[in-house]
Amino acid sequence: MARAAVPGGLSARRAWRDATLVERRPETDSAVTLVLDVDGWPGHLPGQHVDVRLTAPDGYTATRSYSVSAPEHGDRVELTIQRVPDGEVSTFLADGLAVGDAVRLRGPVGGWFVWRPGQAGPVLLVAGGSGIVPLMAMLRARVAGSPPFRLVYSVREPDDVIYRDELAAIAATDDVEVRLVHTRRAPEGAARPAGRLQGTDLLTATGWDGGDPPTCYVCGPTGFVESAADLLVGLGHAADRIRTERFGPSGP
Amino acid sequence: MDFVTRGFQGRPRGRDERLPPGQYLTDDFPVLSAGPTPPVDHDGWELWVATEDGARHTWSWPELMALPAETVTVDIHCVTSWSKLDTEWRGVSLDTLLADVETAADFALVHSYGGYTTNLPLEDLLDGQALLAFAYDGDDLRPEHGGPARLLVPHLYFWKSAKWVRGIELLLADSPGFWEQLGYHDYGDPWREQRYQGD
Repeated sequence: MARAAVPGGLSARRAWRDATLVERRPETDSAVTLVLDVDGWPGHLPGQHVDVRLTAPDGYTATRSYSVSAPEHGDRVELTIQRVPDGEVSTFLADGLAVGDAVRLRGPVGGWFVWRPGQAGPVLLVAGGSGIVPLMAMLRARVAGSPPFRLVYSVREPDDVIYRDELAAIAATDDVEVRLVHTRRAPEGAARPAGRLQGTDLLTATGWDGGDPPTCYVCGPTGFVESAADLLVGLGHAADRIRTERFGPSGP
Repeated sequence: MDFVTRGFQGRPRGRDERLPPGQYLTDDFPVLSAGPTPPVDHDGWELWVATEDGARHTWSWPELMALPAETVTVDIHCVTSWSKLDTEWRGVSLDTLLADVETAADFALVHSYGGYTTNLPLEDLLDGQALLAFAYDGDDLRPEHGGPARLLVPHLYFWKSAKWVRGIELLLADSPGFWEQLGYHDYGDPWREQRYQGD
């Protein structure tokens, strides 16, 4: 396997930098997007994550990893934080950090769960809950002429959909298909009744038969990723074309 | 000391001395893998050890089960910052597996079903520091946690404890594994916070 080319030299990527909050955007009742200005940011690829470190007055620190939700854009780094019940870091970031406040941030991290603009072949994205975040960075990095993308996004109920309006707009563009899967409660009149992800949800409507097989990116809680990856293997996707990223039950 | 994050207090301290720097405690057992869980059954399972001069040793599942096993209780530390204390594992010591292997190698590249690899100095697999584990908490090791058998090297970050182990390549020179090629540390000592290359 070749060494993966990722932005930033090693020393640049492991340096802790000041990251100042410039904007906060509520996404759902429990998720919020933070736009940070990071001095000297070396850039990143869609799918990569960063480490965020908080320091208390007595020197105690807490560090967690968060996926970046938008493609590279100068010194701007966007994170979407899902509040974890009782989460030491996520609740502070979601509720305590004010515009103008700073945290420490380093990265980018991870050269495996990435989509490189220009990478050949179609893409199948499978998201469970806040697992949409790194996949959204990939969708947002698409340009005219990019290969076809398909997103299957599993949520418990309609109010849990992050990036709802933007996903609707993206779904209206060429070569992108967005399918929502509701596991507990579907919207009124939905063709698909509520229920957990099944193999049929992962079949593409347009069909990639005869063309290149897609690269699959699966992100979500452990149980979801295990089950979705098994479904994909069962549908004939080669295991080495399925890339997974998991948020543990106690995860970030 | 780092600059203070305005308004951040954090959890009450009472910090456990068994927790390496930058780690937090979890009671769950999170799963981290790069791809799908490979299906591996006991019938077709085989472990190989290959030395630098091409000699190859293999064990079937019944042969592994016939070796003396031991139970250990250890703390494990994941590079994604969770630690889990007092986890109980049962398996065969690498000292037992490698007892009759003649080698001058200094490094090991561990291979897994599914294609995953990770590299370690051979000495970190010896002297009671590493187990080929097939049971966790009294039960067969579940597939998502690396069953039928995984490496357990608890003094290093947990990605070194490769799941679904199928072979150990003994090498004269270090050769980076899967995550190590992607920027993670070659050694991975949690007490020195060796998370990424250069740490």
